[in-house]
Amino acid sequence: MIRVILPAHLRTLARVEGEVKLELEGQATQRSVLDSLEARFPVLAGTIRDHGTQRRRPFLRFFACEKDLSHELPDAPLPESVASGREPFLIVGAIAGG
Amino acid sequence: MSKVRVLVGTRKGAFILTSDGRRQRWDVDGPHFGGWEIYHLKGSPVDCDRLYASQTSGWFGQVIQRSNDGGKTWAPVDNKFVYDGVPGTHLWYDGTQHPWEFKRVWHLEPSLTDPDTVYAGVEDAALFRSTDGGKTWQELPGLRGHGSGPQWAPGAGGMCLHSILLDPNVPGRIFVAISAAGVFRSDDAGKTWRPINRGLKSQYLPDPNAEVGYCVHSIAMHPSRPGVLFMQLHWDVMRSDDGESWKEVSGNLPTDFGYPIEVHAHEPDTIYVVPIKSDSEHYLPEGKLRVYRSRTGGNEWEALTKGLPQRDCYVNVLRDAMAVDSLDPCGVYFGTTGGQVYASADAGESWVPIVRDLPSVLSVEVQTLS
Repeated sequence: MIRVILPAHLRTLARVEGEVKLELEGQATQRSVLDSLEARFPVLAGTIRDHGTQRRRPFLRFFACEKDLSHELPDAPLPESVASGREPFLIVGAIAGG
Repeated sequence: MSKVRVLVGTRKGAFILTSDGRRQRWDVDGPHFGGWEIYHLKGSPVDCDRLYASQTSGWFGQVIQRSNDGGKTWAPVDNKFVYDGVPGTHLWYDGTQHPWEFKRVWHLEPSLTDPDTVYAGVEDAALFRSTDGGKTWQELPGLRGHGSGPQWAPGAGGMCLHSILLDPNVPGRIFVAISAAGVFRSDDAGKTWRPINRGLKSQYLPDPNAEVGYCVHSIAMHPSRPGVLFMQLHWDVMRSDDGESWKEVSGNLPTDFGYPIEVHAHEPDTIYVVPIKSDSEHYLPEGKLRVYRSRTGGNEWEALTKGLPQRDCYVNVLRDAMAVDSLDPCGVYFGTTGGQVYASADAGESWVPIVRDLPSVLSVEVQTLS
């Protein structure tokens, strides 16, 4: 089970409160987590990754276990503590703008 | 009794303002989609409760929302705007070529006949259409593929397709306007396009007779006379009587710069603009908020000021932030970058603010409900 914490605007859009819990088959990677998240909440498609390139949107970052994973490859395995659900995978909106 | 519903898009959400036909007391509902930029929302002319909204964010990209109950509830529909084929390149600010990249939807134009069909004008400039109520979107690639795309360039606000006019008399005729490329016309429901910019002038354009390269700010038509078009160009107010070429009708306006242009609901030669000081200031001249009206289709303009601030006012009125209702007398509405939405229930003779303190207003549309 993977725990995902969304930024507030995306929780509103997906109409969820608190953490999202995903059951994943296969290895936990950024791509598999986001694929699973978008399959469960289709409205989030395009809001985290660009529809065309599938790249992370520039003002979003990925964190887990107090580390910035934003520049990890999308198919790199996530830390074991994230894959096991002990630690959440955080999608964080950049603190920018006014 | 008739009712009026004013749909307001702002930098931080959407608001729906409603009144009865007297247009004196207003209910304010919102914000919807708080914190998101709502570039535009508009209702279907054949189903007044079917609304579409463009919800965007620098963080999270594009969302399209749809309401089937006049804005009481909303649900997101598809947000996948993918250019047809290889996107190609357009002119960049520095003169180099730059890849086409989707950024946001500026304008949504519901079909005149089918509530499930809606057009979307996007940045980087292209026209999309949905025929299933927003569940899927397809580009009409003939516009971007017209051949002049590598000469299109972004204006200061981006390279946006911001105006879509559907001809009510000629099926399949569509006009669109792009900053900074110009106006294009299709006579086959968007399959093929041609630029109609003859007579436009753009300072500093190397070829004064270029086919494209014009910073059109908005265009308007009256549904009873769709062969006549009006335009607020970056410089000058223009008029076309043949849907092909343009002549200047700025006349005695205090400045020739501005964004919106609208036509009176019952008088095809009565038009409204809001002159703005340019080129770099982009606020009202002399600190006075003045709507200018021409009852002669241009050239002769009168300032409408009753109820509007006439000192120390330095807001702007953006291109999609003015609209009219179809009551008699015609109501005129506009929103400012200072968050005011003004209404006139007497065709512009006098104005009152419906609200004074919304976020900066991006768009205003009006529905007249019976």
